[in-house]
Amino acid sequence: MSFKPVILWTDALVYLLVAALILFAWHVRRNEHLWAPWRRVGHSASGMAALTVLVFFVIIGLLDTVHLRPAVENNSGGETAYSVEVLSLFDVIATPLRTQVEKTYSAPFAAYLYARETIEHPGGGQTREFPRLKFGAAHLQDPETQLVTDIAWRAAAGGGLGLFFWCLAVASLALLLARRSGEAFLSMLSAIRRGATAIPWNAACITLALILVMCGAALALCGSYHILGTDKVGQDVFYQSLKSIRTGLVIGTLTTLMMLPFALLLGITAGYFRGWVDDVIQYLYTTLSSIPGVLLIAAAVLMTQVYMETHPELFDTVASRADLRLLFLCIILGVTSWTGLCRLLRGETLKLREMEYIQAAHAFGVSHWRILSRHILPNVMHIVLITTVMDFSGLVLAEAVLSYVGVGVDPSTISFGTMINAARLEMARDPMVWWSLLAAFSFMFALVLSANLFADAVQNAFDPRVKTLSARVGALRRKRREEPEAKSSPTRTEGSLPS
Amino acid sequence: MLNYIIRRVLYAIPILIGVNLITFTLFFVVNTPDDMARMQLGIKRVTPEAIAKWKQERGYDKPLMFSSSDEGFAKLTNTIFFEKSAAMFAFRFGRADDGRDIAYEIKSRMVPSLAIALPVFLLGLGVYIVFALIMVFFRATYVDFWGVVLCVALMSISSLFYIIAGQFLISKLWHLVPISGYGQGLDAAKFLVLPVIIGVISGAGANTRWYRTLFLEEMGKDYVRTARAKGLPESIVLFGHVLRNAMIPILTGAVVVIPLLFLGSLIAESFFGIPGLGSYTIDAINSQDFAVVRAMVFLGSLLYIVGLILTDISYTLVDPRIRLE
Repeated sequence: MSFKPVILWTDALVYLLVAALILFAWHVRRNEHLWAPWRRVGHSASGMAALTVLVFFVIIGLLDTVHLRPAVENNSGGETAYSVEVLSLFDVIATPLRTQVEKTYSAPFAAYLYARETIEHPGGGQTREFPRLKFGAAHLQDPETQLVTDIAWRAAAGGGLGLFFWCLAVASLALLLARRSGEAFLSMLSAIRRGATAIPWNAACITLALILVMCGAALALCGSYHILGTDKVGQDVFYQSLKSIRTGLVIGTLTTLMMLPFALLLGITAGYFRGWVDDVIQYLYTTLSSIPGVLLIAAAVLMTQVYMETHPELFDTVASRADLRLLFLCIILGVTSWTGLCRLLRGETLKLREMEYIQAAHAFGVSHWRILSRHILPNVMHIVLITTVMDFSGLVLAEAVLSYVGVGVDPSTISFGTMINAARLEMARDPMVWWSLLAAFSFMFALVLSANLFADAVQNAFDPRVKTLSARVGALRRKRREEPEAKSSPTRTEGSLPS
Repeated sequence: MLNYIIRRVLYAIPILIGVNLITFTLFFVVNTPDDMARMQLGIKRVTPEAIAKWKQERGYDKPLMFSSSDEGFAKLTNTIFFEKSAAMFAFRFGRADDGRDIAYEIKSRMVPSLAIALPVFLLGLGVYIVFALIMVFFRATYVDFWGVVLCVALMSISSLFYIIAGQFLISKLWHLVPISGYGQGLDAAKFLVLPVIIGVISGAGANTRWYRTLFLEEMGKDYVRTARAKGLPESIVLFGHVLRNAMIPILTGAVVVIPLLFLGSLIAESFFGIPGLGSYTIDAINSQDFAVVRAMVFLGSLLYIVGLILTDISYTLVDPRIRLE
């Protein structure tokens, strides 16, 4: 299949972000003092489990970021034309999910539509009954008797396959660790099981097992069932939930990207130069932060809406329009939320500039710019990092609320907010259509919970204030754990390399 | 003290002017009144006369910041900026698109907003402190551990879920209270129970956890060690010493939101059909009523600044070590 790659605005920024993250990781890995706190993050069991889930979400999000326009088959020959519809790599992979559209609502795993329809019988006369779905459980002769066994068989097969892949993954992990530490493969495996490794691989492995088994079962089932039902226009809810992940991730990460330049530049210069610079910047952020957040966002989004309505010539496809609106939302969220971080950075810089090493740099005649970039910036980075990871989950949650208020993403963008918003109108329906809501909320819960747990792990590792407290608790816990296993020899793993 | 308050109030004026400038830029410079008129009247078929009429009805037919055709002060005053912004300071918000007076609407809608926000605030403060104290009292045990787990889980659930699930369970399934609506006087109570409970629950995770951190931070201080060394029982240390000192950050943190309670809650009010300021704002956003949104932005900032001043004053009241000079 031939296609033309398309890079939307948010795609470009996501690529930029990924590149920056890779560079950052490379830089951190080369400097022991930067790597040490990350190793502490790795020592937290809940952090590792959360990271496993997050990696899974990020993979889906990245697959959904690579956009392309497939070629349209035309019989006339000549040049190939490209479809106006912009698809992502994820869409291409999930083609059956995307194209198997029913007429309207259907419950999860249903074989019949959720609404009655009048059906003409060939022998004359009509009845009102629930018609069979076009795609869901269409391969079954008699759904009443076969449905449950068929689902069970498929789920078991898919889950088994997932388990098989999990075994492969764990075996290769143990092999890798065993080779590094020079230990036997089997003793490494049992060390992972007991949680005796420095990095709690057992937590990551258990999470991975859950993810893989669920994925396997879902993959085996979603081809012939709508495992989370369908929505009003018959779209598969499972597909929508997976698509929403990208929107959530983009809002959570790009907003930070938009906010950082403001917060860093203004916060550090205010704290460092003091005087009138400080006054101006303080005035700026006090003014901006005194406007209630939601109202400012609402006002700004309303105005971009007006701008986009009156300038339709700027957007060539529906996708690019929706994408630009997503980007605008990120920019607005970023512009309205940099004040908190800016205040923190200013305070920290005020403290740092009085330190001896900065005064020594002054005495040596180091330029302001060099002091700012070499001596101050690296020493406030932990605040930036903690704030960014802490903000992420809040932004994902905020998207849903903003979409409900009507100032969120474009209605054509699939997101948790638009899903909830569409499903909310069906609350009054009897019997209730619950699957859309439940799917959106549970996916969002998984994403936000793992982000929160990971943020906690990062904060514990980087925040100097928390360190003493958590170290004490950790030592307690370790003591309790080690008592019964005092005889087993301490295993040396990748995490505990001599530094 | 009085001097300080006067200075703080004077300091609030430039900030309010700044807020006004920002909202003015957002509403009138990014998009000209012509753009807004075209948007409201429909993009395609709109005549210049209709735009002119729309602008005149709302007083948008003047120059933006500087009127060169007038004399003297009128050069500055006969503009949209002056008319729309200066009027805000006198609480003259003008008329909404449906012709009603915005100031009157705000006044009459404040009461229902407060009727939800105030109980949520007070009840929440009490409940969160109690839970945080329990967790701190049983710190480093399973009670504390599972408490924190529960808090993180509660934090990770969307506030929309609490509302939707609450409405479904309590109103639709169990028929305990009406799903939505509002009544006069005591009649309103039965409509308020559910939104208040949901409001308290949806803030529980983050706040309880935050208070727990504050208490734990206080537990590490020297005076706590002294109290324990004197042989005081843990309960007296916790409730007599730690609680009182930890209340300083908690109370001052709470004071800043008190004025904002007037604005109500956007989401809860529109879900429960309560005619407060929150649902007023949402309706204005959905119908793109720019005058109302602008008025609410101004009011919100004003209340926030009042909150900040109150916070500073409350510091001196609860903590005698702090003197305002």
